[in-house]
Amino acid sequence: MSCFTSKFADELIANAAYIGTPGKGILAADESTGTIGKRLASINVENVESNRRALRELLFTTPGALPCLSGVILFEETLYQKSSNGTPFVEILKSAGVLPGIKVDKGTVELAGTNGETTTQGLDGLGERCKKYYEAGARFAKWRAVLKIGQNEPSELAIHENAYGLARYAVICQENGLVPIVEPEILVDGSHDIHKCAAVTERVLAACYKALSDHHVLLEGTLLKPNMVTPGSESAKVAPEVIAEHTVRALQRTVPAAVPAIVFLSGGQSEEEATRNLNAMNQLKTKKPWFLSFSFGRALQQSTLKTWGGKEENVKKAQEAFLVRCKANSEATLGAYKGDAKLGEGAAESLHVKDYKY
Amino acid sequence: MSAFVGKYADELIKTAKYIATPGKGILAADESTGTIGKRFASINVENNESNRQALRELLFTSPGTFPCLSGVILFEETLYQKTSEGKPFVDLLMENGVIPGIKVDKGVVDLAGTNGETTTQGLDSLGTRCQEYYKAGARFAKWRAVLKIGATEPSELSIQENAKGLARYAIICQENGLVPIVEPEILTDGNHDIKKCAAVTETVLAAVYKALNDHHVLLEGTLLKPNMVTPGSDSAKVTPEVIAEYTVTALRRTVPPAVPGIVFLSGGQSEEEATLNLNAMNKLAVLKPWTLTFSFGRALQQSTLKAWAGKTENVAKAQATFLTRCKANSDATLGKYTGGASGDSAASESLYVKGYKY
Repeated sequence: MSCFTSKFADELIANAAYIGTPGKGILAADESTGTIGKRLASINVENVESNRRALRELLFTTPGALPCLSGVILFEETLYQKSSNGTPFVEILKSAGVLPGIKVDKGTVELAGTNGETTTQGLDGLGERCKKYYEAGARFAKWRAVLKIGQNEPSELAIHENAYGLARYAVICQENGLVPIVEPEILVDGSHDIHKCAAVTERVLAACYKALSDHHVLLEGTLLKPNMVTPGSESAKVAPEVIAEHTVRALQRTVPAAVPAIVFLSGGQSEEEATRNLNAMNQLKTKKPWFLSFSFGRALQQSTLKTWGGKEENVKKAQEAFLVRCKANSEATLGAYKGDAKLGEGAAESLHVKDYKY
Repeated sequence: MSAFVGKYADELIKTAKYIATPGKGILAADESTGTIGKRFASINVENNESNRQALRELLFTSPGTFPCLSGVILFEETLYQKTSEGKPFVDLLMENGVIPGIKVDKGVVDLAGTNGETTTQGLDSLGTRCQEYYKAGARFAKWRAVLKIGATEPSELSIQENAKGLARYAIICQENGLVPIVEPEILTDGNHDIKKCAAVTETVLAAVYKALNDHHVLLEGTLLKPNMVTPGSDSAKVTPEVIAEYTVTALRRTVPPAVPGIVFLSGGQSEEEATLNLNAMNKLAVLKPWTLTFSFGRALQQSTLKAWAGKTENVAKAQATFLTRCKANSDATLGKYTGGASGDSAASESLYVKGYKY
């Protein structure tokens, strides 16, 4: 095997496969303190620990939601928080069959000499941090690399740096028992068409899998979190079937069958768009040796946040809105979504923020 | 798309898919004049054009074999030869649903500064040659890159040179209407175990697919011809099931699902070994997004050659022997081979030649 032999190998393979259970997906609730601040600001809620805790409790205790989820990505603070009755969030998730995950990157920094391209930091002491997160109950990790499309972007430097950063992060995770989610996000910003996005996505993913091979990563114990292949944010929209076709083809050309599941990011898509696109992919009749599911942040929480507005009396209604999105996406992983999800306030609202940083 | 989609794209995709039809495979009859001379010497037959023509006529007119074959790889001389009744070989093959292919590489040369590692030549005017071969009726091509396992082999240089050579050959073929068979053969020579072979195979295949992506090759219009993953020639043998497991794992980790078929080379394996191994792979209960079939030279012809021994009166017997191997391998692509196809001792004879060059 060109992959290294981790003492955690069997566990990594089992956990990665579990996350890829049909009918389930991931809730990305790992917004950093700064980013969640922006979300809370949009609903006039103060960015304090108790509010951040209250929001996550709202999500994790929504009746009926956890069976739709195989994992939740957490920010470090949340990994150690408890519900109002003193139960650690990690316990609530685990006892409902939901694997806790942890965001481990430390954000992006610019690559000098490029046109605003970035690389992701967080490798220093990563092994130690992973060990601690494993002890705290985490079983998978996430690291977001960011690329953009432009005249000369992504550059070979940006592709290489981000791919090899992802690979190094991935193998360190595996050495310490965490399934690495590999996330090479290509931002939707721009006026390019879907073909350009497809070409860049294929190039970036090919570089990622070469890097993972070079670093001896065990692919069966990883997950991929890519962007869907879509036109740029400033270009005309296309049907979900078109997005599905280009996305799945790009993946067929680059992602080895050993990878058990692909959990899409939602980027700036509205809740409804993201669900419909995922659904269309799962209805496509073509070779898909990996399970196609979701790892949505905004596209699962947007209408829930709006409904909550930070008020205790809105919790029940907000939880109902959250359940609607969870069920819709669960059905989408089976190609069974009929588009009849009761649209909560803001479900059809685009969540695109230009040059999104979080 | 990052793939080059030229005027032949649809045809390439269709041809590659057809060659990968379950139940069929490729006869590699592309031995160069020098190499076929060695085969003839072993049966005391003179190496002249009419004998070379006679052997190929024997093979291509064997009753009942056409349904087992989707393609035949030819040497340049053979592409222009005819049956004794004056029918061009390519017409005979095409009329019977067998696609003619052409060997286009010009052999290996040493890489200076390495320990006997090689690169493959043949890129000069390759485009023009492909056009002529297409006119003559060829619809796929083959180029053999060779790597070896040793204390410090394969070197990074050898992997890169051979991967890039394969990629450049592949895109030139596609520009000119020929489906490229990508063949990165890792020789069995050595006393390494199966794990070492697996590690090297995965590393080499990862490099090959990165190179193909860099060169904009349309994967849906290619085929892969790899070695099976086995212990070295000087090591203890293992069962077909073990070979199947390591081989399919290596392929699942490296070969994108967009590739329609994988056509194994037989290396130095005996006819029976090669068939049993292919059969075991097709029986393996694991997801395989490409068909697994054969592109055998020696492992299809060995006992046929011996039965023929250059004598007209032996042709019928030799053809019956050839049919036996064709059927056995056809069954093996469906996981239906029950073993012992011919009681012939030649079928179990190892065809291993140290440092094999052809």
